[in-house]
Amino acid sequence: MQNQLVYMDHGATTPVRKEVVDSMLPFFQEQYGNPSSLHTPGRKVRQAVDEAREKTAQALGADPEDIYFTSGGTESNNIAMRGTAKNRSGGGHIITSSIEHHAVFDVCRDLENEGYKVTYLPVDQFGRVSPEMVRKAIKPDTFIISIMAANNEIGTLQPIREIGSLAGELGILFHTDAVQVVGQLPVNVDDLNVDFLSLSAHKFNGPKGIGALYVRKGVKVDSIYRGGSQERKMRPGTENVPGIIGLSRALELAVSDIPKKKKRLEALRDELIGGLLRIDDVVLNGHPEQRLPGNVNVSFKHIEGESVLLSLDMEGIAASSGSACSSGSLEPSHVLSATGLDQSTAHGSVRFSLGWGNSKEDVDYVLQKVPSIVERLRNISPTYHSR
Amino acid sequence: MYNETVIDHFNNPRNIGELSDADGVGETGSFKCGDTMVLYIKVKNERIEDVRFQTYGCGAAIASSSMLTEMVKGKKIDEAMQITNQEVADALGGLPPLKLHCSNLAADALHNAIIDYRQKQGAS
Ligand SMILES: Cc1ncc(COP(=O)(O)O)c(C=O)c1O
Ligand SMILES: [Zn+2]
Repeated sequence: MQNQLVYMDHGATTPVRKEVVDSMLPFFQEQYGNPSSLHTPGRKVRQAVDEAREKTAQALGADPEDIYFTSGGTESNNIAMRGTAKNRSGGGHIITSSIEHHAVFDVCRDLENEGYKVTYLPVDQFGRVSPEMVRKAIKPDTFIISIMAANNEIGTLQPIREIGSLAGELGILFHTDAVQVVGQLPVNVDDLNVDFLSLSAHKFNGPKGIGALYVRKGVKVDSIYRGGSQERKMRPGTENVPGIIGLSRALELAVSDIPKKKKRLEALRDELIGGLLRIDDVVLNGHPEQRLPGNVNVSFKHIEGESVLLSLDMEGIAASSGSACSSGSLEPSHVLSATGLDQSTAHGSVRFSLGWGNSKEDVDYVLQKVPSIVERLRNISPTYHSR
Repeated sequence: MYNETVIDHFNNPRNIGELSDADGVGETGSFKCGDTMVLYIKVKNERIEDVRFQTYGCGAAIASSSMLTEMVKGKKIDEAMQITNQEVADALGGLPPLKLHCSNLAADALHNAIIDYRQKQGAS
């Protein structure tokens, strides 16, 4: 039925670059030593891991000893939030936003059940947290603020630098889930004034199941795991060596490509947004300017997102949706609800997330297919007819 | 995720639209996921002579609406009243477990349409 694949779900994951795969391969069958071993094969691998840590640190403007490799964004977020809370055992106050990824949001919910207090800051209609709101939410016992650098669904960029300097000024720890931003936009931990930063390789053309957590020197975090002394006990367990190598290579490549890639994706993004908004009753979700270079999120009124995804898939277009029926939990996206979008418009949301592989032809193809898909589904819909 | 029958009904839904001279109209919605269905029936000699639907919802909701209309066309209204949501899902060859909830609209809309028809009968 379909003769091409137009992959526009880079917010979910990305293909691994050839150079990255090549960098990883020797670490499966040739350099397979355990980096903790004292023998030569082990020491060689240790050296490769050390180099990867240096490269990773360099990409973030950090010190190598402040980088901890993890299994991805989820684990990085868990370690930062739980580890900080654990160090403070006895309670205290956490500030986060109402649009965090579940890997922060649900950890905060758990911490609430364990006796910590949490403020979930509201966002404006574009999904922005205001630094002023953060300031107002601060209490004497606030010990950590966690605000994502960019939202994975609607792509809204947060004023991380402002929140970072506010947190620094008041001596409160600041974590940012930068999973969607690292490799897409320049990130410097000192410039952003963050104490913790989570990243995940598979979002920047690296392998899945590997990520990192930056922890500023001197910040007190308790390990939430028990095991060996790998990653200075913060993430015990034999290192995912090929993953670590792949992450560092992917990050190095992604960061050097940022200037080119950002311009290119922004142009494609704006063209796609413009084209989609020419269809009747379509609204843009997220911020018109302050958004990830590759993120397009729109709601098609009178129709439901999953049915749009299904139709797109039949045309060879891969996208995603925040609708209840597509979520697997039958709950509409908490992000769209937080922006004040009414339920039915939220159900009609579709995210197209662009990446390196996408071309102008892909955007044209999507813009050629979407209007008829939308029209067909609207013709079935009762709410469209009863207008 | 969906089988071929479901995809077929999603792609080529049967009996879509409104019936301007419907004898009964039934509506139902899922409060949880937002899916909504409106069903129109035309009744002659206690049989469903014609049926149309409009659905706002996911693939499962659209496909089960379409399948239901095929199942009830020509049926006696007493028989139609007995059709269950499970039978609609079965006729589609099954739905993913999470999606059963989305298909739990079609039979309800039908029953509401029949109740509407009976009420109108009683009133006239
Ligand atoms: C903002 C954000 N945080 C965390 C994650 C989780 O990352 P991972 O899949 O590497 O655990 C994702 C990816 O889905 C994300 O988009
Ligand atoms: Zn549904």
